[in-house]
Amino acid sequence: MNLEYSPLGDQAVIIQIGHAINELTHKRVQQITLILENSQFDWFIEYVPAFTTVTVFYDPVKVSELSSDSSILPYDWVCKELSSLLTNLRDTESVQARTVEIPVCYEEEFAPDLEFVAQTNNLHPEEVIDIHSKGQYLVYMIGFAPGFPYIGGMDEQIAAPRRENPRERIPEGSVGIAGNQTGVYPIETPGGWQLIGRTPLELFRPQDTPPSLLNAGDRIKFIPISKADYEKYKEGEHD
Amino acid sequence: MIKVVKSGMLTTVQDLGRFGYQKHGVIASGVMDPEAHRIANLLVGNNSNSPTLEITLVGPELEFQEDALISICGGNSSPMIDGSPVGLWRPIYIKAGSELRFGNIKEGCRSYLAVAGGYAVPEIMNSTSTYLRAGIGGYEGRALQKNDLLSTLEMSEFSSSMLKELKEYAGNVNWKAMDWYVATEFIPKHADSNQIRVMKGREFDWFTKESQTALVSEAFSVDTKSDRMGYRLKGVPLKTANKQNMISEAVAFGTVQVPSEGNPIVLLADRQTTGGYPKIAQVASVDLPKMAQLKPGEKIKFTMISHEDAQQLFLERERLIQQLAQGIKLKYR
Repeated sequence: MNLEYSPLGDQAVIIQIGHAINELTHKRVQQITLILENSQFDWFIEYVPAFTTVTVFYDPVKVSELSSDSSILPYDWVCKELSSLLTNLRDTESVQARTVEIPVCYEEEFAPDLEFVAQTNNLHPEEVIDIHSKGQYLVYMIGFAPGFPYIGGMDEQIAAPRRENPRERIPEGSVGIAGNQTGVYPIETPGGWQLIGRTPLELFRPQDTPPSLLNAGDRIKFIPISKADYEKYKEGEHD
Repeated sequence: MIKVVKSGMLTTVQDLGRFGYQKHGVIASGVMDPEAHRIANLLVGNNSNSPTLEITLVGPELEFQEDALISICGGNSSPMIDGSPVGLWRPIYIKAGSELRFGNIKEGCRSYLAVAGGYAVPEIMNSTSTYLRAGIGGYEGRALQKNDLLSTLEMSEFSSSMLKELKEYAGNVNWKAMDWYVATEFIPKHADSNQIRVMKGREFDWFTKESQTALVSEAFSVDTKSDRMGYRLKGVPLKTANKQNMISEAVAFGTVQVPSEGNPIVLLADRQTTGGYPKIAQVASVDLPKMAQLKPGEKIKFTMISHEDAQQLFLERERLIQQLAQGIKLKYR
């Protein structure tokens, strides 16, 4: 596999794995993060996987202490280390994906934009719910907000543009649609996605390790639940 | 204990940042000016990641309920103890019952207040930094408020010997500063703070030749809508030559990204983990402290340096800070 390296400032390197969002590139991103997860380096700070890249943050001071040749730039040294670490990457290696079920209440009070999404696509709201909850989804990356999943694989039949005026406050747990992506807001933030439901699940759990319920590579299933089930779930979580 | 008498505009507990969790979408947070924060800690004998108070523009009023060794570094926010002005960039003994108050900010935008031992706040995800939007870290996940009580951890032997010496000098006076302070090379001269060195960003080539030139020939001003997440800059709008499809990827402290309306945003301590706008430039790490001390309304000019030079300058700067740390240690051996 052909990896390209380029700097992100003077303390990070971006590894470019592919140039389009697709499942194959995603699989390769997953393989690289797995290798990084299982490696330990003094110079390594952290990595951030995305759709087509993995960015590695490093400590140039540690690198200059470790490298015997002071004429080598820390960036070049890190690229060399990374490329020797990642040479044995094979396309056949697979990463085990888990499936996470996300209960979603699609009731009106949690779904202010369900009607809009339905009208945009000449559907009934029930049909939107049906299509959304039957889909096969993949978490491509976590970013933007803590635990916020970029979920791909949504049916084009229920795609909808972002709101012209983003909401100043979107309640925690809101499930939204933007273009042909779907996602869940883990904390209350401003945002422009069309809201079609809400989950009682906490996606961001600062006291837990890891603090995010979802990880890149997870398969997702949305399970429709009633308002009563939503309330019950919420109460259970606060026992 | 330190009692907050007045909170100031935005006073938060910060350390060098929350690392290792950006893959979960958790922002790094941490101090805006890592250099001032680190030096403040060194001066009171703390390790460089000890939490400090980051004080923005209008400082707080704090009542020290026990003797303490403190230092204030970064922007000059006119600190006073019981009404008399105290200097920055040096260790200071403050007697129990005294009040530390900040006045008008004269230079820079934020100051860092370190206390020997460090503030006793819980670590969340290996960091004490306050992440306001998620309400975690620091003091109950929020900015300081009136009547908050901050306790401190036990100070090192090194710190207590410094405190003892100052206390003896002080006699009956309520506070005493060391007669030495850090070398002037560490103290930013704000006259030249409008020159910020940048490297080319990953999407530099996407921009028109005019915009590439404008980036380094025109001045930009810091918009009032700026915050710890990013500085919004105003000036000549920067445009990409073609509408290209950008796929979101990681961003860093100092990334200069340009949304479609053309006004660049410099991402700072509370930046999001990933971004989907083209990156025209990246502020060299060595100039991030300067950047972080800019006030809304101030003007800046970017100068372009190579990625290689940026790394060399950073390493040189780090060597100087290590020398400073050694120098302080030698004074109390």
